[in-house]
Amino acid sequence: MKKIEAIIKPFKLDDVKEALNEIGIQGMTISEVKGYGRQKGHKEIYRGAEYIVDFIPKVKIEIVVEAERAENIVEKIREAANTGKIGDGKIFVSPIEEAIRVRTGETGKDAI
Amino acid sequence: MRVKPWMIAAPLLFTPFSLARAADTLDTGDTAWMIVSTALVMMMTPAGLALFYGGMSRYKNLLNTIAMTIVAYCLGSVIWVLWGYSLAFGPDHGGIVGGLTHLFMNGIGVDSLQGSIPTYVFALFQMTFACITVALVLGSIVDRMKFSSWIVFTVLWITLIYCPIAHWVWGGGWMGSMGALDFAGGTVVHINAGVAGLVLALVLGKRIGYGKESMFPSSITLTALGAALLWFGWFGFNAGSQLAADGIAGSAFLVTNTSAAIGALAWMFAEWTVSKKPTVLGMASGIVAGLVAITPAAGFVNMPASLVIGAGAGLLGYVGVTVLKRKLGYDDSLDAFGVHGVCGIWGALATGLFANPAVNEAGRGLFYGNPKQLWIQIISIVATAVFTAVGTIILIYITRFITGGLRVAKESEIEGLDSALHGERGFEII
Repeated sequence: MKKIEAIIKPFKLDDVKEALNEIGIQGMTISEVKGYGRQKGHKEIYRGAEYIVDFIPKVKIEIVVEAERAENIVEKIREAANTGKIGDGKIFVSPIEEAIRVRTGETGKDAI
Repeated sequence: MRVKPWMIAAPLLFTPFSLARAADTLDTGDTAWMIVSTALVMMMTPAGLALFYGGMSRYKNLLNTIAMTIVAYCLGSVIWVLWGYSLAFGPDHGGIVGGLTHLFMNGIGVDSLQGSIPTYVFALFQMTFACITVALVLGSIVDRMKFSSWIVFTVLWITLIYCPIAHWVWGGGWMGSMGALDFAGGTVVHINAGVAGLVLALVLGKRIGYGKESMFPSSITLTALGAALLWFGWFGFNAGSQLAADGIAGSAFLVTNTSAAIGALAWMFAEWTVSKKPTVLGMASGIVAGLVAITPAAGFVNMPASLVIGAGAGLLGYVGVTVLKRKLGYDDSLDAFGVHGVCGIWGALATGLFANPAVNEAGRGLFYGNPKQLWIQIISIVATAVFTAVGTIILIYITRFITGGLRVAKESEIEGLDSALHGERGFEII
């Protein structure tokens, strides 16, 4: 099993969700996060005082899938979240040891 | 075209004075208007100012700012009926202060009249001014003052600073006798509060992290709503200060709105030009700047003058908070001095320039052939500022002695005063 973590621009969330629904992904966890990379932050001015806003709002999607599907999913996310501009985000893939469904106690593939 | 406003006001000019002279007959129209005005000004403190300041303070100090505003209003209300009204408006003692004749509203009954309105209504109207003046001061010191110190300071300051100055100007004291023009509180309210705030900010010192870390306003939305409520209430503040429902009140109403509007536009365009963005905080600040500056002038100037006064206030306020504050390096958290002090001084001077006898025969400024008025205005500004500055310093040290320090503990300041002092939070954020 693999976990795919994608950090994307918030307004791209719906596109990514639809693209993943099309290939049969049935669940995901999302969170609102803040961060910065090459895009850096921006400047806000309040009554003449300049504040640098380093951390920009992003959405993080987490999906755990069977290892062999990971590559296809990553490709779908990348296509759907791409705007071609700086700040589109990043995707990380990592191995998962175990998954357990709380209600039934099923494990591994059956649990995801 | 530009003669219209005063031509309309002219026939009404002599009405209020004949009323005041004949005195002591109740006018139901005036009374109704003054009760409404009082309610309008009341709203400016626990609603208008609380939101205006609360929105500008940091998310962790939003409730503390609102709490200080509410407690200022409540303390002012009680002090006023116990001894404040008597000190400000009781029988004159040497032009300096009123007596103690009316302690606990003693000697005033339902039949007592002040001009054409019941004394109770007059007293309550004046009370709302005392309350908002002390509440304005807290804009300079949010995020770091002990709540207990604020309470002690408020009691002392209304009693020993506000009451005498109100007496000087409106209660039969020396400044009014000298001929200083202050229609609705340029010196009494705004210069007074602005200077006191500056002094308090200097003694308290800067907030931890000032100039290094970002201090974002908790909600510009609240601030904009607060500015709108202040604007609404200010119609009672300025047009009500005529103490009658007449043509001068109508003129004050007109110039108040005009000055606020052009103040907002001036600040917005200044900011748009200099820092490339027309901000909502800038518009809200410009509204208040315009309102502050027209306050002393409201019942004395015509519409064209209010355009100049309002636009000047928007620009001066912008310079006050962006350039002046940075150059001088004090931490006036929400710019009580930058907006109220600076624009109050401008308004008091402008009254000496633009006071137009065609609007109100009680005032004639430099541009209408009376250069001496400008000089009188300067004396009233300097006297108010000096008395407030010196008096406030003394009261600060008395307060510090009583409450064992003025500033919250460092940990409380970092944690935020909402949680550390009040055990609450302004927003529920997961």
